[in-house]
Amino acid sequence: MTTLTKQTLSHLDWLEAEAIHIMREVAGQCANPVLLFSGGKDSICMLRIAEKAFRPGRFPFPLMHIDTGHNYQEVVEFRDKRAAELGERLIVRSVEDSMKRGTVVLKHEGESRNKHQSVTLLEAIEEFGFDCCIGGARRDEEKARAKERIMSFRDEFGQWDPKNQRPELWNLYNARAHKGENIRAFPISNWTEMDVWQYIEREGLELPSIYFAHTRPVVMRQGAIVPVNVPLVSGELTNLPKAGEEIIDLQVRFRTVGDISCTAPVESDADTVEKIVLETATTTITERGATRLDDQTSEASMEQRKKEGYF
Amino acid sequence: MSAPEKIEDHGLLRFLTCGSVDDGKSTLIGRLLFDTKTILADTLSAIERTSQKRGMEAVDLSLLTDGLQAEREQGITIDVAYRYFSTGTRKYIIADAPGHEQYTRNMVTAASTANLAIILVDARKGVLTQTRRHSYLAHLVNIPHLLVAVNKMDLVNYDQAVFEKIKADYLAFAAQLGIEDVRFIPLSALNGDMVVDRGEALSWYKGPTLLEILEAAPGAHSEQAEAFRFPVQFVCRPQDSANPELHDYRGFMGRVESGELAVGEAVTVLPSGRETRVKDIQIGGQSIPAAVSEQSVTLLLEDEIDISRGDMIVRSAAQPQVVKQIDTTVCWLAETPLDRARTYLIRHTTREVKAKVASIDYRVDVNTLEQQATDKLQMNDIARVSFKLAQPLFIDPYSQNRATGAFIVIDESTNNTIGAGMIG
Ligand SMILES: Nc1nc2c(ncn2[C@@H]2O[C@H](COP(=O)(O)OP(=O)(O)O)[C@@H](O)[C@H]2O)c(=O)[nH]1
Repeated sequence: MTTLTKQTLSHLDWLEAEAIHIMREVAGQCANPVLLFSGGKDSICMLRIAEKAFRPGRFPFPLMHIDTGHNYQEVVEFRDKRAAELGERLIVRSVEDSMKRGTVVLKHEGESRNKHQSVTLLEAIEEFGFDCCIGGARRDEEKARAKERIMSFRDEFGQWDPKNQRPELWNLYNARAHKGENIRAFPISNWTEMDVWQYIEREGLELPSIYFAHTRPVVMRQGAIVPVNVPLVSGELTNLPKAGEEIIDLQVRFRTVGDISCTAPVESDADTVEKIVLETATTTITERGATRLDDQTSEASMEQRKKEGYF
Repeated sequence: MSAPEKIEDHGLLRFLTCGSVDDGKSTLIGRLLFDTKTILADTLSAIERTSQKRGMEAVDLSLLTDGLQAEREQGITIDVAYRYFSTGTRKYIIADAPGHEQYTRNMVTAASTANLAIILVDARKGVLTQTRRHSYLAHLVNIPHLLVAVNKMDLVNYDQAVFEKIKADYLAFAAQLGIEDVRFIPLSALNGDMVVDRGEALSWYKGPTLLEILEAAPGAHSEQAEAFRFPVQFVCRPQDSANPELHDYRGFMGRVESGELAVGEAVTVLPSGRETRVKDIQIGGQSIPAAVSEQSVTLLLEDEIDISRGDMIVRSAAQPQVVKQIDTTVCWLAETPLDRARTYLIRHTTREVKAKVASIDYRVDVNTLEQQATDKLQMNDIARVSFKLAQPLFIDPYSQNRATGAFIVIDESTNNTIGAGMIG
């Protein structure tokens, strides 16, 4: 074998170029796509990729957030600010509206609303007639994602059938869908958590403050750090401690941000992106293992949720 | 970011692992991830739990690559899974395509994006029919670098003679296939010898470890200079913008599939054949002086030419062929057989054309490489097929250019991808 002669792209440039290509394929093949934007780090990278793909034009799709009503205030504010800076349209649809309609029924008051996002998402897809949702999921996040396609096909019920997915060869993506069916496109499928942090560092991307080390009241519950007394956007406090639990002030940061009831922080003093990159390089626990309280129940719980229409 | 970064690292390498069931593929991938410290503690403890549940003593590294629930329950894996690891100097994407009946289809899919293939051989069994099949398919899809990994050397007392015999056997049939760039390495995935660490047991082997070979392998698909090919994905016309300077902006967006291009060069637009020059190259509205292979950019041209998705911009001096019939090698992917009476869609670069089968010359038995007359194609068949096209395609032979030589076949009634083809 010969050694390297041709000019090749750095791994971040290559990943970025691939992601731009995928977004443009969605724009070229789909009539009415939407980009899912939560204010989280993966979707923040997606917005930068969209800028690189489509500027000086506008994005050929609106942004949409499925809000559980239990999101960190900082993230919600960041979401609105970022969309406004970009001058792009942001659609917010909320799980609480689905609850009012009766299409989402919680088993109990404190149940995680994360999985119920599927219902609200499907309702929004129908309301706007979206034929493709662009999401920031990565294959390294979870075992069930390792075989996920870049263009993943969902039937009329939003269901993902692992046995009925289109083979993807070369970089020829097939995003065709009949009316009512839906494609989920994942431009950063091939990125790892480390790639995301390196990209954020290289591009100097701004993030919601809770990604950085800060002090907040928490309790220890079954070995996990659980934030308590978290203010909602409304000002109301959620995640109240249970009787007998000892509240401690701990320096933590979030590795993923989602529904308050199911995202846990990690102990950390990394208060800059550089420090987070370093910490990620030496970390010993996977992103979901550390921070997703709802994934620990079953190794295959993500697969179950995806079958039901989750991202 | 503008021009590609000058990097001290070696970018990214995509490779494929293939082997028959039980050759040790999962163990090898697990070993690579484990020894490069990609496996994190919680994953490891999950595997430990599973290993214990299944009554295994040591941690079974092959469990790392197990996929979905349904497959886990059946104890087999189907389809292609992608894994990632990084050494700090390079990022790796492994395409893992397991065996069984759907193998040809899965392997062709996994191979289509790979630049290197690791072909596993069990040291006790030597070169088997499957080894030939994997090599044939890797060669068919034009993976530029093949690496034959002779695994389970611990079970043959790390005997050099066994390794040399397998090497000689392999080279004999590789020559028949026209495979040129092939290397050999002895290893024990189970014990980790020659994977990331050299170990003690294979001291007679003086070559690089598996990881060293991966670190030095070229990341680009071809080392040859390739012609500039730019299929247009999307046209940017921001007239509605408040900025009057953008009123005449026409950006042609796409990915440089091969070759490179600098501002000022003469280009031709296909199918119109109109010639012009490159006025600017941009990423996200920022100018860069030149674009290289695999970069996603926006081209601005000197003259106002009507261009839309599916057109191709090429350097005027080196143009592809413009054809309405293609002779191809097809791998059939779908359970529904190919129907000669039907019209299909062919997606080639960003272009879609209607196509009908003109002839099926023969199918290849992937085990014996024998050519057999046929007028049907079933799932996993490899065959020589000619298609008539409703509109022209702009092509290069697949052996010269993966991007402009490859296509997929789509069934318009289901929208499924049902075939994969290579031109030439
Ligand atoms: N002795 C020995 N056993 C191995 C080696 N590599 C894999 N195995 C064993 O061979 C069996 C099949 O391995 P696995 O990785 O599951 O094979 P796959 O079907 O190709 O993925 C398992 O019991 C492994 O522990 C090796 O280098 N030496």
